[in-house]
Amino acid sequence: MSTPFYVSPQQAMADRAEYARKGIARGRSLVVLQYADGIVFVGENPSRALHKFSEIYDRIGFAAAGKYNEYENLRIGGVRYADLRGYTYDRDDVTARGLANVYAQTLGTIFSSAGEKPYEVELVVAEVGASPEGDQIYRLPHDGSIVDEHGSVAVGGNAEQISTFLDQRHRDGMSLAEALKLAVQALSSQSNGNDREIPADRLEVAVLDRTRPQQRKFKRIVGRQLARLLEADGAASTPTDAPSDEETDEGTTEGPTGGTAGGTTGGTTGGTNEAGK
Amino acid sequence: MEANPRSTGRLPAAFLTPGSSSFMDFLGNHSPDLLPGKRVLPPLQGAIEAPHGTTIVATTFPGGVVLAGDRRATMGNMIAQRDIEKVFPADEYSAVGIAGTAGLAVEMVKLFQLELEHFEKVEGAQLSLEGKANRLSTMIRSNLGMAMQGLAVVPLFAGYDIDREKGRIFSYDVTGGRSEEHGFAATGSGSIFARGAMKKLYREDLTEQQATTLVIQALYDAADDDSATGGPDVARRIYPIVTVITDEGFRRLTEAETSEIARSILEGRLTQPDGPRAALL
Repeated sequence: MSTPFYVSPQQAMADRAEYARKGIARGRSLVVLQYADGIVFVGENPSRALHKFSEIYDRIGFAAAGKYNEYENLRIGGVRYADLRGYTYDRDDVTARGLANVYAQTLGTIFSSAGEKPYEVELVVAEVGASPEGDQIYRLPHDGSIVDEHGSVAVGGNAEQISTFLDQRHRDGMSLAEALKLAVQALSSQSNGNDREIPADRLEVAVLDRTRPQQRKFKRIVGRQLARLLEADGAASTPTDAPSDEETDEGTTEGPTGGTAGGTTGGTTGGTNEAGK
Repeated sequence: MEANPRSTGRLPAAFLTPGSSSFMDFLGNHSPDLLPGKRVLPPLQGAIEAPHGTTIVATTFPGGVVLAGDRRATMGNMIAQRDIEKVFPADEYSAVGIAGTAGLAVEMVKLFQLELEHFEKVEGAQLSLEGKANRLSTMIRSNLGMAMQGLAVVPLFAGYDIDREKGRIFSYDVTGGRSEEHGFAATGSGSIFARGAMKKLYREDLTEQQATTLVIQALYDAADDDSATGGPDVARRIYPIVTVITDEGFRRLTEAETSEIARSILEGRLTQPDGPRAALL
């Protein structure tokens, strides 16, 4: 038997992180945005049946990029966790924060245990509040850290570029059609400037809509409703698209956008602290 | 225990093991003590005294189904609660109304709702209406031991069948025996009188408005002859709970709507105490 080579812990972790990141990068990106009445999930997904977004509980939604079988496993674990907790205590006792913590612990343990391969997934857990201030969005990278996000978040292969795109353009209080259109724009923009077109039938869209009368706020937007939202917005703003975007940017540098950016930074710091505990 | 859902530790292995889409199965494997059916009763002398819910009625109409219940819970000859709710949405397209031991019934409904919701979330699709009705059957059967001790739960299940595009009603016995009812059905202590009333009033071409009036008429008649069924309580503004399920989903009538129907029925009964011989619907 040969003597095992010594690998420093730093190196081992860096290798595992790189392995996970590469796996995630193969997946298509998706975005989660706050809009006036809730939170919208948008991603490119040619499949009608294998979802990237789903309902976890009344006000809690789940989005994932990466390896399907791994995030599906985590999703079902989350549904079981939420349903059991709601059954044991009360429906109000199921929170996104609690769920995100459980996911973080799970991902963290898997990431740092030598016996298991790290999960190649990046998750978003979002909870819609009674008002936009009550909305919570948590991003959970493969290593089990938690990032508390505000406004908009992107995960998956192209996440960094899309995040930057969204940070510049997203503002509070957008309508659903506006947020959806911005999300599609972000997903289809390419770093080389050659934007590609994502047809509506390749889009998966879901919302957590706080105005829904039902207790369960999660809803998929499909077919005619999706087309209507994309179209209505497109027809209204395609001609004035570019100028209006610029206007928004200029107009809100010291306004909402500045606030959002500040919030994101603050949230990230808080999240890092939380993850470091 | 590792399985403690309160701890913020990682998800226990059982949570991440691929398996059944049923919440009850998961609960049975993971923490069986939480399943109502797994409870063992100590040996008892005679029946246990606990509040009982009474009358639930349902009727179909073209395009949907109406399920309604009175508001009284009794314990022996005493009124235990005047405003109990015995009709609940099971999911978007079905509802369940419960007669029998109130405590167990409410728990059963909670678990049933969760069972349907859990399946829907895990599978990404709803159970068929038959599937839902069968699931309820299993739950009642698991309560048989308690039913023998006098703690029976007898639900009435109504839903809109999306595949067949019509409302359907299922009734149950204490052993979980399930039968589909055509037109109308009732369960609970006042059901005999309610069924008699519905038999006279039911037609196949009722409108939604007429169907909701019909069930309140039936509940009025049940309350008239059965002391355990509560009639519309105008003084306290407690009216029956009436739910309508159509292809648009579940809807519970508002208090204003039920009070209006109930008051018009009461008005009619002032001159015709024995029921609608005059213009009814």
